[in-house]
Amino acid sequence: MIVAEQKPIAEIISIAFKHKSILVVGCGTCVTVCFAGGEKEGKTLSSLLRMKAQMEQKLLEIEELTVERQCDHEFIEKIVPLAGKVEAILSLACGAGAQLIAEKFPDKIVYPGLNTTFLGITEKQGIWKERCLGCGTCLLDKTGGICPIARCAKNLLNGPCGGSQEGKCEVNPETDCAWQLIYERLKKLGQSECLEEIIPVKDWSTSRDGGPRKVIRDDLTL
Amino acid sequence: MEPMDTTLEILSDKASHRPAEAEFEPEILAFCCHYCAFAAADLAGVMRLSYPPNIKIIRIPCTGKLDVLYLLKAFEKGADGIIVAGCEEGSCHFQRGNLIAKKRVVYAKKLLQSIGIEDSRLEMFNLSSAMGGRFAQIASEMTEQIKRIGPSILRSNKL
Ligand code: SF4
Ligand code: SF4
Repeated sequence: MIVAEQKPIAEIISIAFKHKSILVVGCGTCVTVCFAGGEKEGKTLSSLLRMKAQMEQKLLEIEELTVERQCDHEFIEKIVPLAGKVEAILSLACGAGAQLIAEKFPDKIVYPGLNTTFLGITEKQGIWKERCLGCGTCLLDKTGGICPIARCAKNLLNGPCGGSQEGKCEVNPETDCAWQLIYERLKKLGQSECLEEIIPVKDWSTSRDGGPRKVIRDDLTL
Repeated sequence: MEPMDTTLEILSDKASHRPAEAEFEPEILAFCCHYCAFAAADLAGVMRLSYPPNIKIIRIPCTGKLDVLYLLKAFEKGADGIIVAGCEEGSCHFQRGNLIAKKRVVYAKKLLQSIGIEDSRLEMFNLSSAMGGRFAQIASEMTEQIKRIGPSILRSNKL
């Protein structure tokens, strides 16, 4: 899922206070699961904004709505009636959701309420970790199901580097060295010979280096 | 979307009616766990202990049921202070509800600070159902604490 964190309250207040009315839109998918921008977070944030406005005797109308997904046209249709009532929209979705809202409402100012952080997993409740960078050519088959691009600080394709110490990464001793994990897992799976294969220089054009990416499925397009 | 929880509606009722103020009488909500603090409050009554009438009790099945949003909504509606009262640590009827509540109270205090509301308007206490006297003491102490801080700005700044 996409993992995000809410922007600091002070930053959101300064955004919201530029307007007399604002719509806080939550997203019911990834950012609900990581407790950053779902229905509850939208209500919490709106409550804080209403209190701050009242404390400073500032008139601020707040509308709230959470849609299933902000990254799909059909769901953001539901925002249309409320969007008409407000000066600006604060999106509590990932950057993709916030951008689709901006596209959908060309004459509204749209603000991001979250910092979109990474593609990751829930390690346990309240702890999320990065796992994938969306490089466009997955090589997990060669690395025992552990991604060296997202999980090695140096994105090494043939690691470890010289700084790997006692299973920890030299960049951050709190983080496991991805290549140590890969080595151990391949050994356990009886696939240690995979480590002898040199992974060639990666073609990054399928990743961000080739510009924004697009997937087209002719069998699905209407 | 549907209202998430009826507790939020009860809250608006409990926190929004207040008498015209001569001397400041704080309005304090006490979220009390059914198994300990609520029973302790009851016991305080049976023991004929008096405590300030400023405390309005809301019974919850366990402090683990407490939602940060309940706390914020109560402040938003003008509560001057909030007590969260759960079982002693290690004695939760649902094992860890009070420990979960403790973290939520810490988080709610941070949220309050972030918008400039004194976080000492919100406190959590732990007591057993046998501690009627302690309940009365908490009620008095918290009432004093909130009197010292003064009325919530959200009460006086109603637009
Ligand atoms: S190799 Fe690429 S696609 Fe596969 S997990 Fe790593 S970043 Fe993601
Ligand atoms: S210590 Fe391991 S994870 Fe860290 S940069 Fe080196 S190889 Fe990558």
